[in-house]
Amino acid sequence: MEPGEHLFRRESGRIVAALSRIFGLDNLTLAEDVAQDVFCRALEVWKLRGVPENPSAWLMKAARNRAVDLLRRQRRTRHLMPELGQLFESEWTLVPTVTEALSAEAIKDDQLRMMFSCCDPNLSEDVQVALILRLLCGFTVDEIANAFLSKHAAIEKRIERGKKALAASKRLFDMADAELSARLSAVHRALYLLFNEGYHGSSGQRVVRSELCREAMRLASTLLENPLVCAPETYALCAMMWLHAARLRARVDGYGDLIPLADQDRSLWDRALIAKGEDLLERSADGAELSEYHVEAAIASIHSNAPRVEETDWTRLVWLYDMLMQIRPSPVIALNRAIAIAHLNGPESGLEAIRAIPHDDRLDQYPFFPAALAELELRAGKIDAAREHFRAAAALARNTKERRFLELRAEAAAH
Amino acid sequence: MSEFVYLYRGGRRPESPAEGEQVMQKWVAWLGDLAAKGHIKDQGQPLEDEGKVVRAKGRTITDGPYPESKDIVGGYTIVEAKDLAHAAQLAGGCPIFDHDGLVEVRPVMKM
Repeated sequence: MEPGEHLFRRESGRIVAALSRIFGLDNLTLAEDVAQDVFCRALEVWKLRGVPENPSAWLMKAARNRAVDLLRRQRRTRHLMPELGQLFESEWTLVPTVTEALSAEAIKDDQLRMMFSCCDPNLSEDVQVALILRLLCGFTVDEIANAFLSKHAAIEKRIERGKKALAASKRLFDMADAELSARLSAVHRALYLLFNEGYHGSSGQRVVRSELCREAMRLASTLLENPLVCAPETYALCAMMWLHAARLRARVDGYGDLIPLADQDRSLWDRALIAKGEDLLERSADGAELSEYHVEAAIASIHSNAPRVEETDWTRLVWLYDMLMQIRPSPVIALNRAIAIAHLNGPESGLEAIRAIPHDDRLDQYPFFPAALAELELRAGKIDAAREHFRAAAALARNTKERRFLELRAEAAAH
Repeated sequence: MSEFVYLYRGGRRPESPAEGEQVMQKWVAWLGDLAAKGHIKDQGQPLEDEGKVVRAKGRTITDGPYPESKDIVGGYTIVEAKDLAHAAQLAGGCPIFDHDGLVEVRPVMKM
């Protein structure tokens, strides 16, 4: 098999999670160093001997050997392993205990616990997301900085802050903790942000960073595997991700430029992902709670089920956006609602709905606000106004692809 | 065909797993190509950095294979080639050169 960077990223998350339980969260850096060391050794050996048939097992064995070695040497000097305590003291139980801790089943639990540790409500959401990318997805600081168009030093500081908070608790989050459901909401939110960052790509050169989407989906699906946390909202969050992900291929053209939903080649939408998303959405319809993820997934589902843009169920979409405005009101949602209204009742109604949105700084910086005005003015036949708004939108673009997209629209409006 | 040993000397460590992986893939491709052409006798082994040097019937034992870390042999491969010139030419594609390392090519002495 091709090792590919995904193997390393994934395995890094697994090794760090398992070793954090063994060494304690206050020794996170040690766990990361071991993971790093194991990879470097793997590459040294594999470059001459070839990649083994089961690289994952190879890495785990190497991690186990390194961990046992470290525990033996540091038994007297450092207090490691808060959870498995005395089992490490005796030579009889040391190796079997570490082996067990690095077994596939144990690691699955540890990864989940690590995810919940990262989503400490005392940490800001951007710190939580950075920690998840670093510790569970094996992203380097540079890769995270790149994904969020931040400086290396800023991300490093963010992660340090997060690690300090984790170290204070010493142990991975206990899934039997009374705080579980509050933490689960934070985990949902962090994975949602991670997915959105990949999907909408407000930073960086590439419009869609499918890698971030893929990682968010991978982590979200581990939630589904655990009965304690596969709540209706978890299903809804996953449904939203799968339904959106189905359109990833159709969202960018051959030049890497963004294609709006209405212009996408719908035959490129991934039917298997849509089917899976629909299935998840159905499973989410359990219980009385209606979360924002439910509504967002329902919105995505309507788009996925419309064979052509004209056949979209705009009535239901407006209704869903109304509901979303009640759960989590935001100017961006209000804007999307206005666009749906325009489709339903014509551009004038849409423009009216946009004008009714209370302004805030965030909206003034959001390029798709003037872009939406432009599209509707264009549809209403007011070409000059449309061009004006497109130019304003292009000036606010957050990356070159977005700018190019808006400039092209401005140009097209002139004809 | 005669046998030659490639001794891989020096070469920087990769700075990140991603870089290491790229380096590894180049090695796998290069050795795979040599193997496909029937030049690999024994794909060899990587060697640990640490070691001891024993001199004077064991009266002097020092740490480290070499005082200069840039000269450390990091691994070896046994290849088959027409002659020394051919073996050296085949070594030209080794990815170690991208990372400040070198390949020492030595003929295996024939009995």
